[in-house]
Amino acid sequence: MLNLSNVPQNKKVFELQNVSFKYNGKLILQNISLQIPQGQITGILGPNGSGKTTLLKIISGINKPSQGEVFLYKRLIENYSRKELARHIAFLEQNDTISLPFTVREVVEMGRYPWLKPLSPLKTKDKELVDYVLECFDLTVKQNQIVGTMSGGEKQLVSLARAMAQEPQILILDEPTTYLDIGHQSMVMKYLYKWHREWKTTIIMVIHDLNLLSQYCDYFIVLDNGILIKNGVREEVLSKELLTKIYKTNLLVVKHPDTGVPQFLPCFNNKF
Amino acid sequence: MNKKVSLFSILVIMLLSSILITISLGSVPIPLGTTAKILLNKLPAIDIERTWNIVQEDIILSLRLPRIFLAMIVGAMLGTAGIAFQGVLRNPLADPYILGVSSGAAVGAASAILFVNPASFLANIAIPLFAFIGAILSLLMVFGIAWRRKGDNVSLILAGVVVQSFLGAVLSFTITISGTKLKTIVFWMMGSFASSSWREVLFLIPYLALGFLIIYAFYRNLNILTLGEQAAQHLGMSVERVKIILLVAASMLSAAAVSVVGIIGFVGLIVPHIIRILVGPDHKVLIPASCLAGAIFLLWSDTIARTIIPSMEIPIGVITALAGAPFFGYLLKKKRDKIC
Repeated sequence: MLNLSNVPQNKKVFELQNVSFKYNGKLILQNISLQIPQGQITGILGPNGSGKTTLLKIISGINKPSQGEVFLYKRLIENYSRKELARHIAFLEQNDTISLPFTVREVVEMGRYPWLKPLSPLKTKDKELVDYVLECFDLTVKQNQIVGTMSGGEKQLVSLARAMAQEPQILILDEPTTYLDIGHQSMVMKYLYKWHREWKTTIIMVIHDLNLLSQYCDYFIVLDNGILIKNGVREEVLSKELLTKIYKTNLLVVKHPDTGVPQFLPCFNNKF
Repeated sequence: MNKKVSLFSILVIMLLSSILITISLGSVPIPLGTTAKILLNKLPAIDIERTWNIVQEDIILSLRLPRIFLAMIVGAMLGTAGIAFQGVLRNPLADPYILGVSSGAAVGAASAILFVNPASFLANIAIPLFAFIGAILSLLMVFGIAWRRKGDNVSLILAGVVVQSFLGAVLSFTITISGTKLKTIVFWMMGSFASSSWREVLFLIPYLALGFLIIYAFYRNLNILTLGEQAAQHLGMSVERVKIILLVAASMLSAAAVSVVGIIGFVGLIVPHIIRILVGPDHKVLIPASCLAGAIFLLWSDTIARTIIPSMEIPIGVITALAGAPFFGYLLKKKRDKIC
């Protein structure tokens, strides 16, 4: 069988070499080596506490690995300044909140920060880009609404739009659909995917919903207890055996009637 | 844009008319028209026929005018410090007084007075410097106590209360042992503009200018910090560096004000709140507007303090606390469960 898990050399954004991360003496990530492909959607999965969010923070340069090295475009990530990183990477954490009543447009404009000199106002080019992003996320008519008054799904769209105003080549998302109902989940994923197709933005996300993950991601990284269990494409990774093992529960695998990708259902044998 | 221009025009008109009105009020009432004439006559190239006597001119120019300017400058400093503290700490309840920064500055200034002759040249440097060190140390104490509970607004305020009562006791102790210097130190407990002169006004102007410019230069950072520190970091901001610069600038403003007029509480709490309701969340507008509104607020507070009871002066800190403490209680009740 072909070894699909090795990303072609010229098509990787991140490369991790023997990365470990310790926090308060506890090993959160152990000796992880992997590559993340460019222009694709990579999903990181694993049970709670397996180190997924930590991995996101390491590749985004927020946390420094205790051991090992992280390369962004073949250059050590420590050699980028914070502002330089923000021009390459947009990172949306779980439950973004805003503490003052800014409007949608004002929040999206904040995404221009890494491109602006201190005290210099937004230029025409910045404003046009913000217009474009608002348009893409269908937020143009809502641009003067106060973000704090919007629904969870709409807030998430505004956060995504803000991230896109950064013009990132890489978008990192931590649980972009948590706390959203199924309608808002699909809405957020739909806009995300539309942007991805148009701009070939590399997306890396942690997402608990295995079915959304299977539907949208091209490349998969499985973590358990800080150890890299498997990385590769759908056929290699999303197997019943592997998922049953790491989540310690029986799963049924069915094919999605529309797209044919595997979908996962919990078994209810014990219920009766 | 038009809205901003009209807002600042209104604030400036309010400030100028407040000067004119408050300068006419006092134990010796002077008609508004006379006040205006005396002031206009002082401007170059304007010559007005004298219809007033020299005593009136002396009261206006030597007694009331420096006092009014000092009140405005201190108000502007506290209003600007308040908006910076609230923005950096993402805490709508923050204020130099509530955070214990003013008490720290007062203890620092009082201990400088104990060791240095207040009339000497050295005192010009030592008193504000010690006040600044006291302010920074008290802020570090508050953070030390409230640390690890970053998102919790109320525990930061409680830590401020703890530090404030401790430093209040230290200040009382210092006053008790200070003996003959007691009279110089005692007004730090409640704040006072009674001994205002142009000397104090000129002394504070550079601090106001420096503190305001630093804080204003970071208006965009303050806006972005409302997204949270992590989001600000992801946007490429060196969050720790920005926070330190802003906290130092705000502490400097508070310390300089305290070293001249003592502790005046709640100005930095009330003013930014009212301004936020009027102009919205953008710090580009909030910072200069709070600066102007702080000046207006303290000018009127001081006028009330010196005129409400004839031939008697109430400490200014008492007036601002009478307005500020209930306001603080209202905010605490309304906002304790929300970030803002």
